[in-house]
Amino acid sequence: MHRLIQTILAYVALHWVMAAHGKTVDYGRDIHPILSDTCFACHGPDAEKRKADLRLDTKAGVLSLVKPGNPWDSELFHRITTQDEDDRMPPSKSASQLTDKQVKVLGQWIAEGAEWKGHWAFQKVVRPEVPCGEKHPVDAFIGKRLEAEGLGFSEPADRRILARRLWLDLTGLPPDPAGLQEFLQDPDIAQTAAKLLDSDAYAEHMTARWLDMARYADTSGYQSDGWRTMWPWRDWVIAAYRQNMPFDQFTIEQLAGDLLPNPTLRQRIATGFNRNHRGNSEGGIIPEEFAMEYVADRVETTFAVWQGVTMGCARCHSHKYDPLTQKEYYQLYSFFNRLPEYGRALKEGNSMPWIKAPTKEDSRKLAYLQKAERKAISNFRKLTKDLPIPRVAIPDGWKIQDGLVPNDSPKTRFGYFDSFTLSAKVNYEEGQTGTILSRMVPVEQGTGYYLELTNGGNVQFNLVKRWLDDSIRIITSRPVPSGSNITATYDGTRKASSIRVYVDGKEVPIRVILDYLNQSFDSEEPLRIGAGQSDFPGKVSDVAVYNRVLEPEEVLALSGDSQERNRQYFLRVSGPEKVRQAFAESVATRRERAIFYNQIPSVMVMEDSVDRPAYILGRGQYDNQFERVYPGFPASLTTQDYKPQNRLDLAKWLVSSENPLTARVTINRIWRDIFGIGLVKTAEDFGVQGERPSHPELLDWLAAEFMDSGWNLHHMLQLIVTSRTYQQSSKTTPELLQLDPENRLLARAPRFRLPAGIIRDQALAVSDLLNRKVGGPSVKPYQPDGLWGELASDANYQLAQGPDLYRRSLYTFWKRTVPPPMMMNFDSAGRETCEVTTRRTNTPLQALNLLNDVTFLETARVLAEKVVAKPGFQTDRAFELILQRKPGTQEATRIQESLAMYRKSFDEAAAKAFIQQGQSPANPKLPPVEVAAWTLVCSTLLNLDEAVTKE
Amino acid sequence: MKDMDRRTFTSALGSLALTQLLSGGQTHFAPKAKRVIYLFQSGAPSQMDLFDHKPVLRKLAGQDLPDSIRQGQRLTGMTATQEKFPLAPTIFDFQQHGQSGAWVSDLLPHTARVADQLCFVKTLHTQAINHDPAITFFQTGFQLAGRPSMGSWLSYGLGSENENLPAFVALTSGTGGQPLYDRLWGSGFLPTKYQGVRFRSSGDPVLYLSDPKGLPKDLRRRMLDDVAQLNEVRYGQFQDPEIQTRIAQYEMAFRMQTSVPELTDLSKEPACTFDLYGEDARKPGTYAHNCLLARRLTERGVRFVQLFERGWDHHTELPPKIRERAKSTDQASAALITDLKERGLLDETLVIWGGEFGRTAYCQGKLTDTDYGRDHHPRCFTIWMAGGGIRPGISYGQTDDFSYNIAKDPVQIHDLHATMLHCLGIDHKRLTYKFQGRHYRLTDVHGKVVEPLLI
Repeated sequence: MHRLIQTILAYVALHWVMAAHGKTVDYGRDIHPILSDTCFACHGPDAEKRKADLRLDTKAGVLSLVKPGNPWDSELFHRITTQDEDDRMPPSKSASQLTDKQVKVLGQWIAEGAEWKGHWAFQKVVRPEVPCGEKHPVDAFIGKRLEAEGLGFSEPADRRILARRLWLDLTGLPPDPAGLQEFLQDPDIAQTAAKLLDSDAYAEHMTARWLDMARYADTSGYQSDGWRTMWPWRDWVIAAYRQNMPFDQFTIEQLAGDLLPNPTLRQRIATGFNRNHRGNSEGGIIPEEFAMEYVADRVETTFAVWQGVTMGCARCHSHKYDPLTQKEYYQLYSFFNRLPEYGRALKEGNSMPWIKAPTKEDSRKLAYLQKAERKAISNFRKLTKDLPIPRVAIPDGWKIQDGLVPNDSPKTRFGYFDSFTLSAKVNYEEGQTGTILSRMVPVEQGTGYYLELTNGGNVQFNLVKRWLDDSIRIITSRPVPSGSNITATYDGTRKASSIRVYVDGKEVPIRVILDYLNQSFDSEEPLRIGAGQSDFPGKVSDVAVYNRVLEPEEVLALSGDSQERNRQYFLRVSGPEKVRQAFAESVATRRERAIFYNQIPSVMVMEDSVDRPAYILGRGQYDNQFERVYPGFPASLTTQDYKPQNRLDLAKWLVSSENPLTARVTINRIWRDIFGIGLVKTAEDFGVQGERPSHPELLDWLAAEFMDSGWNLHHMLQLIVTSRTYQQSSKTTPELLQLDPENRLLARAPRFRLPAGIIRDQALAVSDLLNRKVGGPSVKPYQPDGLWGELASDANYQLAQGPDLYRRSLYTFWKRTVPPPMMMNFDSAGRETCEVTTRRTNTPLQALNLLNDVTFLETARVLAEKVVAKPGFQTDRAFELILQRKPGTQEATRIQESLAMYRKSFDEAAAKAFIQQGQSPANPKLPPVEVAAWTLVCSTLLNLDEAVTKE
Repeated sequence: MKDMDRRTFTSALGSLALTQLLSGGQTHFAPKAKRVIYLFQSGAPSQMDLFDHKPVLRKLAGQDLPDSIRQGQRLTGMTATQEKFPLAPTIFDFQQHGQSGAWVSDLLPHTARVADQLCFVKTLHTQAINHDPAITFFQTGFQLAGRPSMGSWLSYGLGSENENLPAFVALTSGTGGQPLYDRLWGSGFLPTKYQGVRFRSSGDPVLYLSDPKGLPKDLRRRMLDDVAQLNEVRYGQFQDPEIQTRIAQYEMAFRMQTSVPELTDLSKEPACTFDLYGEDARKPGTYAHNCLLARRLTERGVRFVQLFERGWDHHTELPPKIRERAKSTDQASAALITDLKERGLLDETLVIWGGEFGRTAYCQGKLTDTDYGRDHHPRCFTIWMAGGGIRPGISYGQTDDFSYNIAKDPVQIHDLHATMLHCLGIDHKRLTYKFQGRHYRLTDVHGKVVEPLLI
């Protein structure tokens, strides 16, 4: 019976198989995806999970089960068609099963000879020949395929639509009226493109895309999600695009700028790319656990961005589908784990390692201030060099006044960003202990700052948020004799190394007990003398508190050294005016320089300064170390025997012509951003589970061209936009829609919704509200009140004032746990992890956003005022301002009718309320009802599908 | 002959061709529950002060946690360097309640009264030891950001029952304590339309819902008609179906402008509602108010309603703080069960109550007769479930005498997810989404349905 069924099956199936697929089966296109999706989980690269010691991801493995030309004698085909439950593959309990079409295709492949090929994307790029036909290489490839499908290009797009398309694609902004006129009169698209590419707007536009993949944000992303400053890195990216930095250099500097010979400041800033990942500062975490996550993030992000490979799948076990082993994952890991970082990030500000990142302007100003300081100091020295300091009578109890804070003043409420000095004289008997001076919650281990005399007479200085894991605590190495003056200083840098303790004016050695301060320790308690954690039975006198770090000589004076005290009094009070002035000047210039230096932003960077071994981690867990590994590249992506040492070698390999992926992956994303879908639809996955390219030869040709052009992005973009493919109309027909719903063949230009940032930037641009300032700290434009506060208690959104409200969206402050709502409504990447995939949805929340968000209402009002201010052709002008075209008759009539109704329905008061939108005041000279009516019309136009779509 | 062959073939192949996505709200098998209300207690409530009765701890008060119990397991950095780990018994009394005899502490008198409706799971455990990774794990099945939340998985798998409301609504209450994050109701790599919509208690319940001041309603209608008309004109020229979708979305937005305020307007709720839920339910932003909204959302077919009550993170001064939290949540949680039951909705609504992990039996900080604190404890904690296919009146799983380790029947979070999906008629292994070449699931590669919890 069994045999009979088999024979019947074979008979029927043969016919059925041959009829399955008109075209010849291609292994890469048709077979590999099936095997990968259905079989590799148990018969793939992962040796640990491999069943029956059978591999279907290698040529030998597959062909051992196949008799070319004869499906019926092939074990593979038998296994997928048999009725025998025990033999049939995949097992019935497996989640992925074969469809009957897939079975047929497998059969046909075997019948046709079972030709096997390696995965296309892992083969070196070879420039294909451009097909005959269309002149432009892009059109030649696209046209050839269209012809094969019996299709052709669409007519050229309307010039105005083309202008808008071109501007949006190259700058992320719509054309300005002058630019549009120029383009309409002189429609040389190559020249226009060149002009657009050579602009700040282009650089910002490209940067916005890069930030999504680089998971750039202005906060650290876990739990309390405090701020950080990575924008100097973002500005580096803008500058790089602005100068059309070749993509290979762009790569090398971001991945390994610090390892270049004599790296410049800019090259070091560039490495911020791999510090953009989130950082966890939550109390109680195990730092090693998260240190590991940061390194893993670097590996996975780097490979997602440059290689389009899902390296993360190989973290816990060898990749299920792609030929990437777990060992290779940790070899890559070892490129990225040599920086002196700590797994528990700082809650506020940048975590180690970071560098100061002055802008050119900052550097100039700093040099100027340093010069002024040097001058003032040398002037002071000159004046006082041989000047005898007379003994003068100093009033009793005189102290240096500069920065002195009264003991009972609220100004003694210092926090962890404040500099301060505490000083007191202590007398005690042996064995007596207690708090000398404190501002703290007066319980054991309470929050606050406190100087303590401990057992054995050592002095301990505590800056405490939480005693065990969130404090800086240091102690003197030797006992402090009774009767000493004790002074301690803290400079607001949150590091124990910045603390100084002086006994009788002499700095003494200290031992660090804990050096991890992550939250401010300021408390509402009063300053207490001789009390705090515990009462001090001895005597505390001569208490002095300063809101700055005293210099050593000042401390010496404070502790009663009569000579220094005399000198300080002379310089500050009793000396000749000239001397006092020169001294004051030297202090002031030093302070000015220090204040300026402190506010220069820093940026987190990569560096290889720690010799930290890397291991294979079992199940990807931080505390589960196996074999030690060393840097190396995945074998399936290399043809040569490399011996890489560090990230620089890695970066150079990524942009070498040997690397099969970087150029393909990068140019595919460029294509995706312009055409809506990449030639490889799964832009994030070029592995065997990813989709095959729609036009493999075009992709390879573009990749080759990209490399041969010297990785020149301007060249590639210009090439693409000058094609007929790009310039055709995006109008479609029911037939085309049915034939090619996703428009992969490009018989028409794409038509798709704009990304979130562009929708907002466009509204700002057409209303002229846009502030075109480039770079600098991130800004906080409009968002509904209270969004941050509702989710996190310690965060309030400080709305920007004035021009900062109208910056381009790439400058919007990105808080990862509560990202800007408008950006999220329109499918932005969340910036928590690297996101290569772009999404586009069409939702009612987007409608509400465009209708009622003050950003768009204020824009509409400002547009309306432009229209109302100048009589004549008002409807035409509204359309031209917003959509860069004139209205059709039907549209104009409809708008006229509505205007009439609006004018009638708005009363003066309602109109006034309605047009008061945003911080910019309504123009009082214009009639409110008229402005209100036009505001509604402009809002209508901003809400049109056309307005939010690139056509 | 030919027919027979075809049949043979068809059946051979038919079983192979499984659909992986649920199309048109079709489930894998008959669901018990149609909807879920998840009462998330953020910060991690102490299991041994509420449900996990451990009289032995009374006798051992102040003694160090035995090494035989700790077993060298990792602790958070907040207590790992403590010199001592003194055992802190709860100061609250426990009684058994209902026919099921469930142990509930005196902190939760209302919950105790509905104990027979509830299924207590005493042995949930998690991998994460800190809030952010733990709550992210709970919501998405993975400790790091980037995966879809459970509500968005349901929204993706089952769609919405009410086209005027989102399929997944999140409600937050409480201030202070651990922060919350948008990713907790985010859609991860799923399309954004599946993300949860947070209804806010101040300002617009849904962002940008209300029209600007001064704009008469009829003008808004006219303006929307213009948008539709002009979009139609464009559609005539371009034939792009996205334009039709956009027209439909604008109409839905307009309907939401009515349906959402109607939903959040409690003025027509009778007085007895507030007797049941408590007077707090009148105040927007309270947990009680959100419980009442959850019932109203559920009535209207919203698939997944998730409340997040903040403030359960009691490292110090636990007794007064937990008393306060219990007071603001107990009555309303119980009221929701009673209310759903009375309306005949409990059978088809799965209600789940719980936090992201448990708390330690040992004291964090200083132990006194009346005061103690507890650190994070991932190794066991209690949640309860009710309705929607869950067996009422049982307690599942046992912890040791210290509520430190699991003695019997551990349940991991993936199991809870699998069980929840099962109640909704979904095989957790078959609700997948292909991303980065992989077929992702809420349960990752883990999870099994906890059969004893099911009716």
